Amino acid sequence: MIANAFAIGRQRRVLPGFGLSLGISLTFVSLILLLPLTSLVGQLSQLSWSQYWFLINDPRLLASYAVTLLGAGVAALFNAAFGLLMAWVLVRYDFPGKRLVDALMDLPFALPTAVAGVTLATLYSNNGWVGRLLEPLGISVAYTWVGIALAMAFTSIPFVVRTVQPVLEDLPAEVDEAAVTLGARDGHAFRRVILPHLWPALVTGTGLAFVRSLGEFGAVIFIAGGKPYETEITSLMIFVKLQEYDYAGASAVASIVLATSLILLLAINLWQGRFIKRLHGGRP
Amino acid sequence: MSIRIANIAKTYGRPGRGRTRALEPIDLDIHDGELIGLLGPSGSGKTTLLRIVAGLEQADSGTIHFAERDVTNVHVRDRRIGFVFQHYALFRHMSVYDNVAFGLNALPRRERPSSAEIRSRVMQLLEMVRLQAFAERFPAQLSGGQQQRVALARALALKPDVLLLDEPFGALDAKVRQELRRWLRHLHEELHFTSLFVTHDQEEALELSDRVVVMSDGRIEQVDTPDALYRQPANRFVFEFLGDVNRLEGDVRDETLTCGEARLAVPGMPDGRHELLLRPHEIHLSERDDARAHLPVSVSAVVPVGAEVRLELEADWLGEPWLASVGHETFERLDAKRGKRLFAHPVRLHRFDAERPQTLSPVCAS
Repeated sequence: MIANAFAIGRQRRVLPGFGLSLGISLTFVSLILLLPLTSLVGQLSQLSWSQYWFLINDPRLLASYAVTLLGAGVAALFNAAFGLLMAWVLVRYDFPGKRLVDALMDLPFALPTAVAGVTLATLYSNNGWVGRLLEPLGISVAYTWVGIALAMAFTSIPFVVRTVQPVLEDLPAEVDEAAVTLGARDGHAFRRVILPHLWPALVTGTGLAFVRSLGEFGAVIFIAGGKPYETEITSLMIFVKLQEYDYAGASAVASIVLATSLILLLAINLWQGRFIKRLHGGRP
Repeated sequence: MSIRIANIAKTYGRPGRGRTRALEPIDLDIHDGELIGLLGPSGSGKTTLLRIVAGLEQADSGTIHFAERDVTNVHVRDRRIGFVFQHYALFRHMSVYDNVAFGLNALPRRERPSSAEIRSRVMQLLEMVRLQAFAERFPAQLSGGQQQRVALARALALKPDVLLLDEPFGALDAKVRQELRRWLRHLHEELHFTSLFVTHDQEEALELSDRVVVMSDGRIEQVDTPDALYRQPANRFVFEFLGDVNRLEGDVRDETLTCGEARLAVPGMPDGRHELLLRPHEIHLSERDDARAHLPVSVSAVVPVGAEVRLELEADWLGEPWLASVGHETFERLDAKRGKRLFAHPVRLHRFDAERPQTLSPVCAS
């Protein structure tokens, strides 16, 4: 069947190496991505549907979904706003130290997430530098969902900055200028002209940040504290189940996280494809 | 609306880090309803000047008045200008209709016309640029010429006092360019806005403008009607920039210029080494020399272009080949094939090494 499909597509290609490069890529995708997933499915197959349903409906687990979604949602929204601003500043203005700030944007990727987690926890705990200042105001960050959102925002900010930045660089300054010569106020020009251009990249970046936050573990657990029903995140639940040698249970929870992430990524991709088609001349 | 540009200067770069002077202090008066072409090579400051008039860039010094209104420190959006960009700068995510309606929709609520009025105004503009059938299309679905017409309609939607165009036809192919030029000229005659456009194409500037401003190195070299510019160039730069130029350099003694075996009578010229310039159409060709001119040349290339034939002429006494344009009739009579030997007779010669530009007519074409 696959061979057949390839035979139909067999026309003379200008770019060489299609067969070889696609073959290697698919092999790699299978080894690195699909193989581990198969083992997950293998673990799940030990469970019946009712067992599965019971496992994923555990009240403690339901609370962890809520905390994780809340944290990831807040982190993603925060990053959408802050990442857009950061990208804007990095593209549109020149200032001393711009290269350094640009490089710093990648730090959350480069830093081991556990290091970030420990650092944030010590900073925001009640006797940490920042926590001490916030405590008299009645705000506690560490060991609450705010801390979780903060850690998630920290690790996923580069997704938004790095997806929006190149699109903004491609947007010619002439387009802003055209809007201004037509009498548009800055806010109007931004909303009607610039934002629609950045929209696909911004949504993709925010979506990626959200998905990344759903699965974040290292950076979050230290600051979250892991109080059952309050600050337990889903990835911690998986970890706990693994420590109890409950492989099937861990797989069941993991499958929920995986399914949510996959559905989100797919939705973003489909939506973005439609948007881009419209920009390039297809009917909406 | 008239535009008065006084003492406008602009320098780029920070002090001490290689500043470049983009504009020397410039003065220019543009009358109400005029169509002015800013012509010059790249880097001559013409686009900078246009952007300063638009308010997209700030001048270091000087003032700009639209009629009696001082707009020097008025923000672009409040200057009431229309601006057309070389690469159209259309909003790609909006339909043609929404692009044209953008300026009207951006008005503050008090001044904004009702949506029915906006609709009729936009459709009227689209009809003017002959694109009413394309209102629902997106810019990417239009050709370059159509996109530029949308950009023009968009710029005219707010009835600007002044229309500014930055190399409006620069990105289009020759035929579309020609068509759009003629169309812009008509539009201008119909609507009578004052407009200023930038171009590096002499033909475009001469064809379209009421007056042409020739610029080089941030200075204005000459401001004149196309006709005067062509006939009485103020200096050598203008002369050379406005068309093809042939050079003749030689020693003058007793009112005769010699250069190798070539001889030419130049009445009234002082002795010494001189350079004379002439246009391709100012060369008369014949099979014989005469007492006034002995300029033997041989034809090295023949290019028929429309109503005329361009001949490339070579000779030992010439540094670089001359270009001559002759009518088809003359071309056939002379049988000017490649390698044919002929004699050149300058009809007119231009001299720029004197204090004032001079034009000599040494030979009366027989």
